[in-house]
Amino acid sequence: MNIRVSAGSVTERSLEIIRDLKHLEGPMLPILHAIQAEFGYVPDEVKPVIASELNLSRAEVHGVVTFYHEFRDHPAGRHVLKLCRAEACQSMGSDRIADRARQMLGIDFHQTTLDGAVTLEAVYCLGLCACAPAAMLDGEVYGRVDEHCLSEIVAEVRR
Amino acid sequence: MTVKIFVPRDAAALALGAEKVAKAIAQEIAARGLDVKVVRNGSRGMLWLEPLVEVETDKGRVAYGPVKAADVAGLFDAGLLEGKSHNLCLGLTEEIDFLRQQTRLTFARCGITDPLSIADYRAHRGFAGLEKAIAMASADIVKQVTDSGLRGRGGAGFPTGIKWKTVMDAAGPQKYIVCNADEGDSATFADRMIMEGDPFVLIEGMTIAGIATGATKGYVYTRSEYPHAIATMTEAVEIARAAGFLGASVMGSKYAFDIEIRSGAGAYVCGEETSLLNSLEGKRGIVRAKPPLPALQGFLGRPTVVNNVISLASVPVIMDQGAEYYKNFGMGRSRGTIPIQIAGNVKHGGLYEVAFGLTLGEIVDRIGGGTATGRPVKAVQVGGPLGAYFPRALFDTPFDYESFAAKDGLIGHAGITVFDDSADMLKQARFAMEFCAIESCGKCTPCRIGSTRGVETADKIRAGIEPEKNKVLLADLCNTMKFGSLCALGGFTPYPVMSAMNHFPEDFAPTPLIEAAE
Repeated sequence: MNIRVSAGSVTERSLEIIRDLKHLEGPMLPILHAIQAEFGYVPDEVKPVIASELNLSRAEVHGVVTFYHEFRDHPAGRHVLKLCRAEACQSMGSDRIADRARQMLGIDFHQTTLDGAVTLEAVYCLGLCACAPAAMLDGEVYGRVDEHCLSEIVAEVRR
Repeated sequence: MTVKIFVPRDAAALALGAEKVAKAIAQEIAARGLDVKVVRNGSRGMLWLEPLVEVETDKGRVAYGPVKAADVAGLFDAGLLEGKSHNLCLGLTEEIDFLRQQTRLTFARCGITDPLSIADYRAHRGFAGLEKAIAMASADIVKQVTDSGLRGRGGAGFPTGIKWKTVMDAAGPQKYIVCNADEGDSATFADRMIMEGDPFVLIEGMTIAGIATGATKGYVYTRSEYPHAIATMTEAVEIARAAGFLGASVMGSKYAFDIEIRSGAGAYVCGEETSLLNSLEGKRGIVRAKPPLPALQGFLGRPTVVNNVISLASVPVIMDQGAEYYKNFGMGRSRGTIPIQIAGNVKHGGLYEVAFGLTLGEIVDRIGGGTATGRPVKAVQVGGPLGAYFPRALFDTPFDYESFAAKDGLIGHAGITVFDDSADMLKQARFAMEFCAIESCGKCTPCRIGSTRGVETADKIRAGIEPEKNKVLLADLCNTMKFGSLCALGGFTPYPVMSAMNHFPEDFAPTPLIEAAE
């Protein structure tokens, strides 16, 4: 996910994405999702491009980007590990798993390990509440996460 | 004859290793040169048995579970294809108590069919409701939905038919059906299961809603935490369109209707309908004041039906079997069935669709089988993060909208989280405030500021700083949030907080301070 591109090509590629999607009713979120899928985050320099294409102010675009937890303002690690912190997972000891994950990775939530291997995120419900605690690694789901499962995940991302 | 084996593709089954099981089965089939078709079905909803593998026999489908990839070769050796016995064999799927005692109307096909097979869907009465709706006047469709007593399954419990009538009567060049699939409440996964296990039923329900109200465009706003549901829904819409169930002429009729799948971006508050509409329009997901009602000025200011997945997915059976049939299930003003999601620290967690009226105790103890840890049940939270915590003393509460409201609770989206006696209710109350602070859209002061003050006050109680005074303050704060917030996030956060404080006062006593040695 750690994608580096030059500023010029970011603007160019963004324009293509925006022009592909701007015909939609309410195109902003689809555009932002596509931008993030392309670059791994929503680069600052894209905001004025979106603003001018959608006839909005830059402040409005910035406001939308920052409202949603999902959109990043900088690239994530190569992997993103999301741990569910909501009630059903709490009832099965997710707080302990979260502490263990922080310990094993040496980072807190919303941080990335120094080697750029993994970003740890909190998530509030993955809909896997009857097989809690739940986790998601790069879109792949895990249920009944215990220490053993967590070590396997950590070993996997460290590879 | 080709034997059919079913391995679920539901996200919960995948989280428990269904993909590895499916791969192992494919390998065995190839290695043994067998004539077997593997169907990736939805989940039957018995999550403690996932991955649940089924095989079709002449006696019916036989279930095995929970199956690990390492069990697969042994299962084939034992005669899996003939449904023979094995220590993982659960007998005929339909005979398993958890399933047998349910009334599956909305989830009638979930886990049985191939979610992306139109032929399967039609063979199980799929599109029968739509066919009938096409032949009816729109007012009659609305009347049938109203007569069925169906109420919004998202949590608010507003009569679906009345909402539809408002949109039907509203004038406008373009109307919309927006499906609220932003299922963010912890302990709920019914929407996800429908979208992954029987997506056509949602498409059918939305199309009927479109025909009834004069809307030609539908949106499914799904949370981004559900990538599997988004993928399945997207594929299902394409299949339905190619088969003529969506598009310029639905099933060859004069009606046009099409659907687009949209993804949220990790904001819990977007499950609130007006915030969802703002988000769908591409704005910050800020709650709108009502009126104007979304039914009159919804998406892009146009008349819009905003319904939950389960509400819409319940419409096809109502159109197919009639309002009376649906209405005859349930109690009081809560008619029909409700897919209860039993989650958290519970032995038999999963989806249990049943008529309204079971008591909470029956659900937790008899159906759920108590806690997974084997310890006593201390509390159950009903209705997600904005729902009240119920102690055992209130386990006689019948599961319906009014009974729960009478006990200062709500059924919400019918998710139940079970906690064992290790739960710390002050911590849970604090979390409710913390969650509200994280997810508040920021529009109303009681929610935006009150939630943060609530966390601080809970911390003071924990630290033993004027605990009696701070408990009064917390209750007062809850009162302000309850009556001073625009939407349910600020307005209902007091439910878990107050119920924890009222029903578990012992957890709100200060931790005894250990005197430092002189």
